Amino acid sequence: MMQFMLLFSRQGKLRLQKWYVPLSDKERKKISRDLVQTILARKPKMCSFLEWRDLKIVYKRYASLYFCCAVEDQDNELITLEIIHRYVELLDKYFGSVCELDIIFNFEKAYFILDEFLLGGEAQETSKKNVLKAIEQADLLQEEAEAPRSVLEEIGLT
Amino acid sequence: MSDVVEKTLTALPSLLSLDSLSGSTTLSSTSKLGNLIRGITELTSKHEEEKLIQRELTSIKEQVSSPNTSTRQMKELMVRAIYCEMLGYEASFSYIHAIKLAQQGTGLEKRVGYLAVSLFLNESHELLLLLVNTVLKDLQSTNLIEVCMALTVVSQMFPKDMIPAILPLVEEKLNHPKEIIRRKAVLALYKFYLIAPNQVQHIHNKFRKALCDKDPGVMAASLHIYFQMIQENPEGYKDLTSSFVTILKQVVGGKLPMDFNYHSVPAPWMQIQLLRILAILGRNDQSSSEIMYEVLDESLRRAEINHNITYAILYECVKCIYTIHPKSELLEKAAKCIGNFVLSLKINLKYLGLKALTYVVQQDPKLALQHQMTIIECLDHSDLLIKRETLELLFRITNAQNVSVIVEKMLEFLRVNKDDYTTIDLVGKVAELAEKYAPDNEWFIETMSTVFSVGGDKMQPDIPNSFLKLLSEGFDSVEEDRKLRLFAVDSYVSLLQGEPGKLPQRFLQVISWVLGEYSYLREELDAVLRLLANLLDMRSTSSETKSWVLMAMTKLCGGGAGVSVIREVCETYGSSLDTVLRQRAQELQHLSQDCELRARVLPRGAGLEPLEVDSSLSFLDGFVSEALAAGAAPYKPPHQRQEELAQTKALSLEPYGLSLPISMSSCSIADRQSPTLLSVSSGLSGESPDLSHKGGTTTLKLDGVKRVWGREGYLSQREPVEEPVHVEVPSPVVSPSQRGGEADRSHSQTPTPTATPQPEQEKQQLASSLFVGLASQSSVCLMGKSESTTQRFRRKARGPVSSPAASEQISNSPVSTPSTANHLLGNNFLDSNITSDLSVSSLESTSQLSRGPAAANGICEVELTESSPALPRDNAVAAAAPAPHQDPDTLKDACLRSHLPAEFSGLCPSDITPLCTNQTLDFLACHLQKEDSVSLVVFIYNSSDSDIQQILLELDSDELEVSCVCGSAVQEARSHSVAVCQYSLTVKRPSVHVEVVGMASYRCPAETPQSARFSYKLPLTSFIRPLTVSTEEYGAMWLDFSHDTKQKLTLRSDGRESLADTLDVLKKKLNLHVVEIIGTEGIVACRLLRDQPCLMHCRLHEGSLSVWLRSPVPDLPDCLMYHCQRALQEH
Repeated sequence: MMQFMLLFSRQGKLRLQKWYVPLSDKERKKISRDLVQTILARKPKMCSFLEWRDLKIVYKRYASLYFCCAVEDQDNELITLEIIHRYVELLDKYFGSVCELDIIFNFEKAYFILDEFLLGGEAQETSKKNVLKAIEQADLLQEEAEAPRSVLEEIGLT
Repeated sequence: MSDVVEKTLTALPSLLSLDSLSGSTTLSSTSKLGNLIRGITELTSKHEEEKLIQRELTSIKEQVSSPNTSTRQMKELMVRAIYCEMLGYEASFSYIHAIKLAQQGTGLEKRVGYLAVSLFLNESHELLLLLVNTVLKDLQSTNLIEVCMALTVVSQMFPKDMIPAILPLVEEKLNHPKEIIRRKAVLALYKFYLIAPNQVQHIHNKFRKALCDKDPGVMAASLHIYFQMIQENPEGYKDLTSSFVTILKQVVGGKLPMDFNYHSVPAPWMQIQLLRILAILGRNDQSSSEIMYEVLDESLRRAEINHNITYAILYECVKCIYTIHPKSELLEKAAKCIGNFVLSLKINLKYLGLKALTYVVQQDPKLALQHQMTIIECLDHSDLLIKRETLELLFRITNAQNVSVIVEKMLEFLRVNKDDYTTIDLVGKVAELAEKYAPDNEWFIETMSTVFSVGGDKMQPDIPNSFLKLLSEGFDSVEEDRKLRLFAVDSYVSLLQGEPGKLPQRFLQVISWVLGEYSYLREELDAVLRLLANLLDMRSTSSETKSWVLMAMTKLCGGGAGVSVIREVCETYGSSLDTVLRQRAQELQHLSQDCELRARVLPRGAGLEPLEVDSSLSFLDGFVSEALAAGAAPYKPPHQRQEELAQTKALSLEPYGLSLPISMSSCSIADRQSPTLLSVSSGLSGESPDLSHKGGTTTLKLDGVKRVWGREGYLSQREPVEEPVHVEVPSPVVSPSQRGGEADRSHSQTPTPTATPQPEQEKQQLASSLFVGLASQSSVCLMGKSESTTQRFRRKARGPVSSPAASEQISNSPVSTPSTANHLLGNNFLDSNITSDLSVSSLESTSQLSRGPAAANGICEVELTESSPALPRDNAVAAAAPAPHQDPDTLKDACLRSHLPAEFSGLCPSDITPLCTNQTLDFLACHLQKEDSVSLVVFIYNSSDSDIQQILLELDSDELEVSCVCGSAVQEARSHSVAVCQYSLTVKRPSVHVEVVGMASYRCPAETPQSARFSYKLPLTSFIRPLTVSTEEYGAMWLDFSHDTKQKLTLRSDGRESLADTLDVLKKKLNLHVVEIIGTEGIVACRLLRDQPCLMHCRLHEGSLSVWLRSPVPDLPDCLMYHCQRALQEH
């Protein structure tokens, strides 16, 4: 099971964090600080995996963003790498050639996509099409809500 | 970017002013976050950022608490609050508003509310309780998206205690027409299963339905639950093996919709999960494994595209093949796969190759030999991770011949490594290897010195403990002991003459202890005393270390040695503010003046002879009664004092009395020779019922000691199939001079030279020294040789500690352990008939287990046997199902039972279950419940014609404390007879089922060493005993206990006596004590072995039984609840 996922920039700024295990705020901060430092210090030709405490860290850099996941020791590192890749593919499809700024300014969307893809630390829906369909449906709801309410709806609500 | 800069600069002032006009316009809402983000990117210093965010947070705070803020604005504010939190600033004021937004908002607002909740809070946060109603409402909503949102948040976090409130609704969703809802519901139940398994156990059959769901996505989600459940109890799900195989076949065969493909590989996530499940099901189970061979072969064949995802599947496949019952054809293919990984140029694959190699190398050492040059290269890899994994691999193939090279490599790594976690782990491994395979005294002491200096104060405390224990217990030869100790003393003296200030405190403590005990072997005690006194003067020395040093000086001070030094020290520390130091100094002063007393208190060279300790402190009785007579208040234990304090505050007037055994933290009485750490559990004087006496052991016991002395090195399981192809196969016997050379090189502190003119030759030489002892043709004689070297460090055979003459038992023969089996039972009782019966019956039972109809067409139509997994019998949830034929079973039982040690004659043993079977040896076990522990008896039946010697059983458990009772780790089994080992089990950590895993290694004459693994499961109920207390005592205890759980259970009958009936069932099945039944309420008490009570309060309520369990032990109430539920269901 995935323990947590972090997205951070080359400058070490956190862009996204998702924790699947209950940890205190202090621990979360310490972990992300430690990991960001360790990963940024690694050279590009090095292994995408890290042993860290009793966890396995799997990370990959896409342009200026680092995607980093922590899994348990028994988990498969390569498939975790593909989870990262699929997430990037999803972001890419949703935003249309995604860049760091998209994620910075629309981070809540990035979270929604992540939640539709991974649930409770396990891959929930791995089909690109289905994840995006679910997101689009929810987005439609948002547009409806944001459009001014018609009189009929007002009546319907009361 | 310059564009952004400009925009930001212009936006900055407006941003600040906008905040005051809260909610003036909705258009600015999206840009507000944008402005904030841009503002932050522009700032140059952390300080400025802090100021900006604080301002932002103040403004958010104002707005969220304003009653005029609309939910839409609230949504926007939440997004900004999330952003601030992500930057590391606390916005806890917004948590409650996030919950409110999830409750009040619609559509996107609700979604953001839920998102904020899931990001802000973790599942133990108390505010989550406020979310329960919202979730409840949304689960019932007709809007699918709201249901999805609720399920999403529930699968991420939910308060454990509130699960029953929403469980029925989530369960209902399993039948929802939309697959996305069903899928999320399954994942929510998975989450529930993880945090509170007993809450969902009644819906196990619904999981089966999910597994048969017509949508593959829902089926895949249910695999997570199954993986978890099968991991915990593989025996209960063997009937599903063929179903999982069928599913995997269909996935691999591409029968799923295209949607599930990932880079044209069919459903890789599902494949991997299935492979992991199959690996567990097939472990140690030949018949289940046989069902899998075909599909595993196909998986290997199909995974041929050069893409990460196929490698991920291959890796899992290889692991599965090496975990299940072996099949040579598959193993060959898997070995080839591993080869491809190891040789790959991609570093990620190389790493996994090494990892796979580490996993399989004990079974298949030939594989390591094949790749030795790659391994050597990896040893010098620039990526520390690769190096680390390589060392892990080398650790597994260490034997007596390559130990010095491998340990040197590990120490080299340790000197550059900065990560504490790795250091602790690796230091432990070096210490283990050094103890196991040390070639000579000097090497051992020097290696351990490096371990202590590198490991420092971080390392596991059991390393110095077992080192000291080793030194003091000694080995089989007095002369050898003397040499080892003298060498230790000499090398520590020279260390102290160097720069002792640089040594870690732990090491200094070890040094002081050794010098204190064994300096008498040297001539100049004065010099030693002066060195120790110097330690005291150093500012870096901690006061704990100082007390070790003072203790050492006390042991050395006799005979007029160092009078002036001692006087000086006594003067300095006799008035120390640290009371411990002051006491030690006083002791030193007195004992140095009174030689006779000193000789009596601290006899020289006594080692760790067991002490008679009067732990009831009866010798103080006179003193106490005098004090009482003089008007002193009687002693009250701490918790009683606390309780009285609480009573005075809470005005509770009930006169509570306590009769429960008071649990003391643990009975570790500091040994006189070591101020701390080393603990001696003593031969307790008879009348001390109130001590938590762990497992009733009478031997010296150290925390976490797992390794057993004198264990064989690597053990190969079968003969290698083909000859190694390499040219540089190490010569089977390394000439002593060459070995000496190796050792010398590894002794010198410089790393392996790399700048030599012939690097290639260097590597080959390294290879031959690393892989010596692995070649197939040499293994026999090498093992023999390693035996003779390890013999040197084999711990002296000790009889039961209670015999005072234990120290006199010095024998020169290498294996002097008396075979306890022979003492306890007669030989030649079994004949070969019985074993054949035995294997037949176990075979039949396994084949019964693994039936299960194969699926017809389509993945969705997998048909499952709906029968629930075989319920455990009263005592053993053991490996085998009830055997179909009673006759051979009872016969076997009867025969083995007669081998039970005589002391168990009054007890009723559980069924005897087979653990594992090899060609020559059968391992069986049963357990017996004793008053304060559970005894596990392992029978080893030797069906061959030759005696088998050096059988070594190692048992371990996550939940249990396992200790060997007879002190007979090494045993032999005579031909056609039974040997018996007896273990005592106590609970470390309660769990629903507890498991003992074991490894047996042995050697048949003229054959390579063999090993077998097995596991034995027991329910927690085997450790439950009735606790007899009165109602008053019960009341007192009830208030004291902090861990509890509540649940409704079904009643056994509806009649008037239903409560009594139900409690009667529980009493019989779980061994509880019914304290009293008052009307519709009943109170029940039990204890976990000796001193871990658990209380139960039951009340009849609306046709069911509300049960409330309380205990001072965490997890115990949960586990017991599970068994109560189980017991009532079974009935």
